[in-house]
Amino acid sequence: MLEHVELFFKSIFIDNMVFAVFLGMCSFLAVSKKVSTAVGLGAAVIFVLAVTVPLNWLLDQYLLQPGALSWLGPEYADYDLSFLSFILFIATIATMVQLVEIVVEKFTPALYNSLGIFLPLIAVNCAILGGSLFMQSREIETLGLALNYGVASGIGWFLAIVAIAAIREKIRYSNVPAPLRGLGITFIITGLMGIGFQSFGGMLTGGDEGGGDKEEAGKEMAAQPEEATDQDKKEEESLKKETTVSYNDLVKKPQ
Amino acid sequence: MALLSKKDAKLVLDPLADNNPITIQVLGICSALAITAQLQAAVVMAISVMFVLGMGNVVISLMRNIIPSKIRIIAQLVVVAALVIIVDQVLKAFAYELSKTLSVFVGLIITNCIIMGRFEAFALGNTPWRSFLDGIGNALGYGIILVIVAFLRELLGSGTLFGIKVLGDPIAKTGVYALGYENNGFMIIPPAALIVVGIIIWVQRSRNPALIEEN
Repeated sequence: MLEHVELFFKSIFIDNMVFAVFLGMCSFLAVSKKVSTAVGLGAAVIFVLAVTVPLNWLLDQYLLQPGALSWLGPEYADYDLSFLSFILFIATIATMVQLVEIVVEKFTPALYNSLGIFLPLIAVNCAILGGSLFMQSREIETLGLALNYGVASGIGWFLAIVAIAAIREKIRYSNVPAPLRGLGITFIITGLMGIGFQSFGGMLTGGDEGGGDKEEAGKEMAAQPEEATDQDKKEEESLKKETTVSYNDLVKKPQ
Repeated sequence: MALLSKKDAKLVLDPLADNNPITIQVLGICSALAITAQLQAAVVMAISVMFVLGMGNVVISLMRNIIPSKIRIIAQLVVVAALVIIVDQVLKAFAYELSKTLSVFVGLIITNCIIMGRFEAFALGNTPWRSFLDGIGNALGYGIILVIVAFLRELLGSGTLFGIKVLGDPIAKTGVYALGYENNGFMIIPPAALIVVGIIIWVQRSRNPALIEEN
């Protein structure tokens, strides 16, 4: 149970699809002009990730991994089909997106109309394929965890796009230098939000002596150009983090 | 460029600056940012994208009359995926360390929007040779931004270029470090890439006001 909770929060905040690994940036930048459309696309991404990551996990476990074919019989145990994973993953994603589109159109035309244009585009959203590839490279162990990972990364992406859309709606009334307008300022804001999200990095490791301290030191360095008040806030945050982590550690030990 | 007619040369040169895939068309950002902490990774990524985009454009352009438009996305994805598998296997065979650094981002070339974007916008309606030039041009434009960002990030962040310590040794305090220079750890973290690209866009648009967006 605890590993589920840990993976869930880690995927949303620490390994956030947008701010930590920059996946799905194209649609993130293109569709974030209005909050309502951003919510629609975000919801569609959560849904598609929740379907495709577990499916690709099954493919990976029973077809692609070295020795995965051993359920067919001992003579198949030597096969390693992992070089096919890109093509199979993307085929699954494209098919699922098409299928989802058909089902949604048939049963909930209202939702279809609000998502309509975004659904087919999701097939080429890096966040979706990225979800499956990270699932494979991080060797997620069970189907339940894979589902959890898919949903949580989707939620992370959803939060990011809704946040940036809200900021962009407000920024329309500000006086941005002309060459920065539109794309430029969006990049810089995303960068600043990314720095903010970095501070979640201590959420699971902050209390440990080794890695946590280094991260804190790195953050201090990064924070130097900022104002003193921000540093105070960070210190407060790190204090909070430490308490959370020690609690986590306590709970973990009995296992 | 004497080999190419004026129109063909424009196909290659346009994406380098005024129609750059990253800063103007806003395509292919995902991979552009994640792998730019080191110059070497960025160069390898740029070459891989050039191979995939050049070859892919030719293949799609050859098949443009036989792909039914309803399933063209899947057909395109299969072509890209096949090319990316080739790149991935070659990297694993000849540059294993590097392929570990690039990790999933080689696979993510499949969903790099530049590739799908150029297939849709160009290769489906043009002859193979012109599509090839368009692919190379756009990949070069992508590569240039990647190399600029990686150059700045690696130089300011680690004081190295291609892993060679160009600014002296930070621990032994030689070179500029003897003068009290410090590496900027901020440039290593992922969000710095976004800010660097934002600044490149700023510089480019203030030099060429025609590119400024209305807000």
